[in-house]
Amino acid sequence: MPVYFLEILILLLGFTMLSVEAFSSDRSRSRIVVTGITGLFIIFLFLIFACSASAEPYDYWGIYHVDKLALFYKAIAILTTLLVLVLAKDFSPAFKKYTSQSNEFSGIGEYYCIPVFVCAGLMWMASAKDLITIFVSLELVTIGFYVLVSFMRRNVGSLEAGVKYLVLGALSTGFLVYGIAWIFGVTGQFEISEIAKVLNSGEIEKKPIIFAFALLMVGLGFKVAAVPFHIWVPDVYQGTSMPVTAFLSVGSKAAGFIVLLRVIEPFLNSSLTSGSVILILSFLVCVTLLFGNLVAIKQTNVKRLLAYSSIAHAGFLMMALPAMGGDFHSKLNGPSPMESISFYLAGYLLMTMLCFLVITIVSSLTDGENIDDLRGLGARSPLLAFAMLIGVASLAGIPLTVGFFGKFLLFNIAIQYAVFSGSWYIVSFAVLGASAGFYYYFKIIRAMYWGGARQDADPLPLTISNLSRVVIIILLAGVILCGVFPRLILGFL
Amino acid sequence: MIINLIVFIPIIAALAIGLGAEGRKTALGAAAVNLILGVIVISELMRRGGEELIFETATVVLKNPKLTLGFAVDGMSGILVLLTVIVTFCAVYISPEKAPDGRVKLYHISPLMISTGALGAFCSTDLFFLFAFHELALIPTFLMIGFYGHGRDKLAVAWKITIYLGVGSLVLLGGLIALYSNLAGAGSATFNIAELTANAEKIELGEELQKWIFLPLFLGFGILVSLFPFHSWAAPAYASAPTSVAMLHAGVLKKFGLYGILRVAMPMLPKGFEAWENLILILLLGNIIYVGFVTIYQRYLDRMLGNSSVMHMGYAFLGIACVNQIGWNGAVLMMFAHGISIALLFALCGSLRERLNTLELSRIGGLASKVPFLAVTFGFAAFASIGLPGFANFASEITILFGVFDGADKIGNLQIAAILALWGVVISAVYMLRAYRHIFQGDSAQGLTLVRLDSLNRVPILLMIALLLLTGFFPNLILSILPS
Repeated sequence: MPVYFLEILILLLGFTMLSVEAFSSDRSRSRIVVTGITGLFIIFLFLIFACSASAEPYDYWGIYHVDKLALFYKAIAILTTLLVLVLAKDFSPAFKKYTSQSNEFSGIGEYYCIPVFVCAGLMWMASAKDLITIFVSLELVTIGFYVLVSFMRRNVGSLEAGVKYLVLGALSTGFLVYGIAWIFGVTGQFEISEIAKVLNSGEIEKKPIIFAFALLMVGLGFKVAAVPFHIWVPDVYQGTSMPVTAFLSVGSKAAGFIVLLRVIEPFLNSSLTSGSVILILSFLVCVTLLFGNLVAIKQTNVKRLLAYSSIAHAGFLMMALPAMGGDFHSKLNGPSPMESISFYLAGYLLMTMLCFLVITIVSSLTDGENIDDLRGLGARSPLLAFAMLIGVASLAGIPLTVGFFGKFLLFNIAIQYAVFSGSWYIVSFAVLGASAGFYYYFKIIRAMYWGGARQDADPLPLTISNLSRVVIIILLAGVILCGVFPRLILGFL
Repeated sequence: MIINLIVFIPIIAALAIGLGAEGRKTALGAAAVNLILGVIVISELMRRGGEELIFETATVVLKNPKLTLGFAVDGMSGILVLLTVIVTFCAVYISPEKAPDGRVKLYHISPLMISTGALGAFCSTDLFFLFAFHELALIPTFLMIGFYGHGRDKLAVAWKITIYLGVGSLVLLGGLIALYSNLAGAGSATFNIAELTANAEKIELGEELQKWIFLPLFLGFGILVSLFPFHSWAAPAYASAPTSVAMLHAGVLKKFGLYGILRVAMPMLPKGFEAWENLILILLLGNIIYVGFVTIYQRYLDRMLGNSSVMHMGYAFLGIACVNQIGWNGAVLMMFAHGISIALLFALCGSLRERLNTLELSRIGGLASKVPFLAVTFGFAAFASIGLPGFANFASEITILFGVFDGADKIGNLQIAAILALWGVVISAVYMLRAYRHIFQGDSAQGLTLVRLDSLNRVPILLMIALLLLTGFFPNLILSILPS
């Protein structure tokens, strides 16, 4: 089966869900979300069994590239969307408060459908090899997110988040397009492999191409939430609904990274640009690590904390980027930067979704998103508390979890790169950041286990739907197993 | 296979408790099985001599770099496994069925998780998992001190130990990555400790490189052992921790850093040690002399014991600094002896805490006539800790001294350090005997209330004393399975 069928199937699934929405008499719209989850799962199975066999690198029409990496990121996109729908289902009781008063469930159908369309964009992004395709798919994703972020239209926070995301997103798109225009102006090419050839030909000037690269980095930095293009992250994460926060934090970041990896490679491998590119990247890495981790320390809202942690994780991920240059590559022991970043993102998907699932269940039943609202969770719901414990431990990088293995791979690259190039400052910022991480992630553990339940909190045990219970257990197993047997993920790369 | 069992039985028991099995009985059962298995392992090691790895198992987890989830024991790790299973058994035995503040499951799961972390670290044949298992203990320790800890500042203490050990292990991780990537043979990066050691002999890294890789390794491991001046987390943490955690952490987990230095840093980076030798000698004297005086000054029994455990780590470092097999064997014996004796002291301290309204030394007195069993056993433990002949601690200290002077034809810095370190014995005699006099002799102090409790956990306490005496009179039981 040609790989691009997957995107077509996803789009068909989206349209099917829309028509179920239009004709279904089921007021709670739970049929739509079940359709979506089942459909995505089937498409995921297609991807695993029908497509990975044909994983020879291949170009369709010169704009759609298929290789193992693309398939891997397509799988991440599908899984993320699937989990977002599970989250959305759990979130619906809280959600209906903020949409319409007359008909409590009106509008929720689209809320389930749009993620599926966004997923198609994310998957296309994984296959994009030229700047135009990158731009179009990126916009498909971003426009979907504009709608999703401000979906809770009776919630001021959500509207504020929507406006912020719209304005800053449009601004970053402007930078991206301008950068693409400059690159085309300098090299005369859109396709990345052709750009690489021009960069190495020695016929172009340095200054304009670096300028163009910097503009591109603004646009992509916005997507992956790198400092200083992170301003939108905390407010949008906090304001919007929980499933969308999770979607932004995993899906948008993963897609941003695959593009970043593809775009950066030629610039790092060209002797003309590599010096300045490494300088720009090192600066971004250091400020991202420092800012994300240190500001996270003071947060009291779980979503905001996870927002800053998402920035911090972007910093850890970008730590491996400077090492992608060709002359270092042959000396590296262990998985390549590309594999390590992909592993980390897959692990990030597992652990972040685990955390968001727990918080969604807690917050949709207790209506609170502060760390204090998790107090006494250990006694109220041991499963949820344990899941959160493992998820947070993995985010902090405690060994024998997938988060630790990911951090290990990235530190492996960063330290060897520091030995090679002498840039120890990146490693020291990373150590500083990771130690700060122990503090702010353990704050959540402390709230769940140390503190007794709040006086005003409702003492009833939390009810978990069977679907969420199964998903939580699968994610838990995934976080631990992939941490001990990393080949479960690395085997696909 | 038997080693895999030893490592995973505590986790399985913890899981069972989490799913609803009865807390103390399950934990005690698992610890008892582990104790038996540990004895079997040690007797097998005695039969074979302990020079090579036995009971080896391996599952390849990743090909490049080669990571294997594998376990095996040789003499050194066998002794530490024995230490771990003994202390775990005693710690679990001493934990009451009913946790002090509820949350029974957590109370019984945490010691088991700490135990698994230590066992996995000591048995791993792979550097990566050696590191990874050790950090398993981080979360249980954090939760236990924060939830069940003693004292007003327990929350601050829990943060302090977590951040300290977290930073220490990150520094260590950096050193380990630098080490393995430099010791990779052509195209075959590996984390297997035996292969790395062989590579280290073959490749012979340059002096400068060894020096700078040794530093983060030594600092990382050192922070975990509470090397001066990174020791300030230890005493308050042990004072605040619930008894079982204090026993496991001070008795077992802290030995991981020493084990790592002996297993990884010293054999792979011999020149790295030489470069820092003088600094290390100064730091270990800081542990013995400076922390020794700090210990004398303590007013509370729990703080004093915590500081004394930091102080005694200096002797283990002295044994390591000998760079000969006698000194290293002495250090291993020291790890065992100190592990048992400090666990014993913390167990006794826990018994006193249950019975008394204060642990302030000047406010206690005359307990010998009221709790004679505690008085006698505390006396034994104090003598062992001071290093009186007949106890394992003496055997280890004297072996370390033999190591210091072995083949020394002149008085070098090491010998001077050893001579200064000997004064530490006097210091420990001062604080231990003073504490004993305060607590058990003299008149009963005013305002002291003594709760009479029927449950005195005699079994673990007597077991530990017997072990200290046994290995004190026959240190060869342990030394015979170490390389000579």
